[in-house]
Amino acid sequence: MSVILLGPQRRPTVGAVVASLGLSGPLATVNAGWQDRGRDDRELGAQLGGRDINLALYRRWLDTQDRDPGFAAGERALGGVLAELQDLYLLRLDYALQAVYALQGRGAGLAGRTPGAAGRAETLAEAIAAVRELDAAHLRRVDEVRREFFDRLRPQDRPVLAAHRAEVAELLGRAAAVVIAGGHVGVLAQVLHLFNVAPALSRLPVIAWSAGAMALTERIVLFGDRDPRGPGHPEVYGRGLSLLRGAVLLPHARARLRLDDAPRMAVFARRFEPARCILLEPGTRIEVGADGRWPDGLRVLGEDGQVSAVEAA
Amino acid sequence: MRGLVTGRKLAINRLRERRPLDAAAVDRFLARHEVPIVEGARCTFAYRGEADEVSLVHRIVGLPDHLPLRRLHGTDLWYGMLELPEGSRVEYQLEVTRGGHRERINDPLNPRLAHSPMGSSSVCYAQGYVTPDWTMPDPEARQGSLTDLVVPSRALRRDCRVTLYLPARFRRTARYPLVIVHDGGDYLRYAAAKTVLDNLIHRLEVAETVAAFLYPGDRLAEYANSAAHARYLTAELLPRLEAELPLAARPSGRCLMGASFGAVAALSAAYRYPQVYGSLLLQSGSFVFTDIGHGHGGGPAFEPVVRFVNRYRAAPRRVADRVFVSCGVYEPLIVPNRSMVPVFEAAGMAVRYVEARDGHSWENWRDRLRDGLSWIFPGPQKFYYE
Repeated sequence: MSVILLGPQRRPTVGAVVASLGLSGPLATVNAGWQDRGRDDRELGAQLGGRDINLALYRRWLDTQDRDPGFAAGERALGGVLAELQDLYLLRLDYALQAVYALQGRGAGLAGRTPGAAGRAETLAEAIAAVRELDAAHLRRVDEVRREFFDRLRPQDRPVLAAHRAEVAELLGRAAAVVIAGGHVGVLAQVLHLFNVAPALSRLPVIAWSAGAMALTERIVLFGDRDPRGPGHPEVYGRGLSLLRGAVLLPHARARLRLDDAPRMAVFARRFEPARCILLEPGTRIEVGADGRWPDGLRVLGEDGQVSAVEAA
Repeated sequence: MRGLVTGRKLAINRLRERRPLDAAAVDRFLARHEVPIVEGARCTFAYRGEADEVSLVHRIVGLPDHLPLRRLHGTDLWYGMLELPEGSRVEYQLEVTRGGHRERINDPLNPRLAHSPMGSSSVCYAQGYVTPDWTMPDPEARQGSLTDLVVPSRALRRDCRVTLYLPARFRRTARYPLVIVHDGGDYLRYAAAKTVLDNLIHRLEVAETVAAFLYPGDRLAEYANSAAHARYLTAELLPRLEAELPLAARPSGRCLMGASFGAVAALSAAYRYPQVYGSLLLQSGSFVFTDIGHGHGGGPAFEPVVRFVNRYRAAPRRVADRVFVSCGVYEPLIVPNRSMVPVFEAAGMAVRYVEARDGHSWENWRDRLRDGLSWIFPGPQKFYYE
């Protein structure tokens, strides 16, 4: 079924988008990214014409942690291992990207026929390839750790989780569409996996924005240049539900990234190609077809570090 | 009146030229200006009253510690000017001499005060200094809680008071990093540590963190490279906190923090128990050392510190993964702190070093907490896409 991706909803467009789809029936909502603010979903409900059914995935997650101490302990251990992996990855990433930026600073990113330009460009490409390998290796490790966690703790066999999964499946069975709000992308990715929402997403229309959209991709990349400690390195966090392929989604890119720093943005784009780095700005609406094909006119980061509109692949 | 006044004489010089220059003119002048009068880099200090001498007293390294004020002819107004670089924050007092009696007072014309265990001082905010908004209570920020507990210590042979900060939305099923704060009572009282934690956690800049605020007994003994203090922290306090609270309980989730002698205590505890604490947050550390001879100028209390720092500098050792160091450029400890940065780096630790145009003061340490805490225990800001 189709997926509609929206930009940040500070000025909501989701109500108009849902209305335009002419859906009849309840709308299942996921706002686990709001965490403990998730109960305050009146505004979202009003946008959806009062047809919303909140799947309450965050509350279910907390309830699982409270009632299944073995699972909670396993999740905490998983969190510790993943945090350690992320820390080590960031340490290596820092050195690898510093090398890339240093080469750029020596003119390796410049096009042209200056003496030695080809050699410098090749060196830069190798440095970026090293970063790509690092990203890929990190993602493999994260996948392994998560797979081992799910194999060992078997959520489907744990009574508390199984009961929640059944309730969620029942709610989704009555839904005409699923609406996934933004918020904490790590929490969203975790609860969407944990409560097995993916099967419903492959048959129902999905409307998602910001972190909700990121959680549907095959690779979640965290980014932010406005950190009080200075621009951070874009970092691979892990996998989303892989409902959307070939894209790294960048909500509120204009606010969060230094898009005017073309050399850095060029590295960003080259790190993740052939996936496209797609901007989700306020007012954006992107409809991905049932075949997973991306539409024309996407605004993406190009290899030159500039934002431009592209044709569908 | 604040801000750069270009092409104009200083306010005090305009007053000097006024005729008649009488008490009413001085009244009007003081009513129109905040004192110190900040005009670009130039800050005019003033005192009004009968006196034989008036001096500005401060501890800015590199400037004479007494700046005599001049009397404005025919009035009881005294004034003096300091050039302060942008962003400076300077604590000072006035020394007033009358009839052979000398008295140090806070500036009666300046309502801004900074507080410390030693008392209060007046503060001059030079152009460009703004008190960070995250140091002030934010009604939007959810409040963490403070509770006191007592940890009986065999190592220190006393009952040790600890004030525990638990973040808002504290849950037993979560796991939290821990920061152990030397001079914790002072950090709470003079550096707004609870407000800072509440705000930075609320803004997602700092992870939800548990903080243990300590109260020293004999501070100069316990914090000056004391084996007993290190044993108390590591073998008594830490195990108890990790047994009773849902803490991450691994080096990357443990930080020792302190200012001045408290920073020495943090470093020396980590030195005695390497790799127990993943991070150190050291502010204006009293890392006094000697390259040759025994003259360090710190007095007897510094003897054990100098011995420890000299030993550490001679054979630097990796004692944690990350070290945040901050220091004010106007304090005497700026050179020792700058000198420690390459030593820590050479030991293989990740170091973040921040300087400020400030002195050896609690508000300096308060203002650097965002840099330090958000680096040591970064918040989940990068995960949020609304």
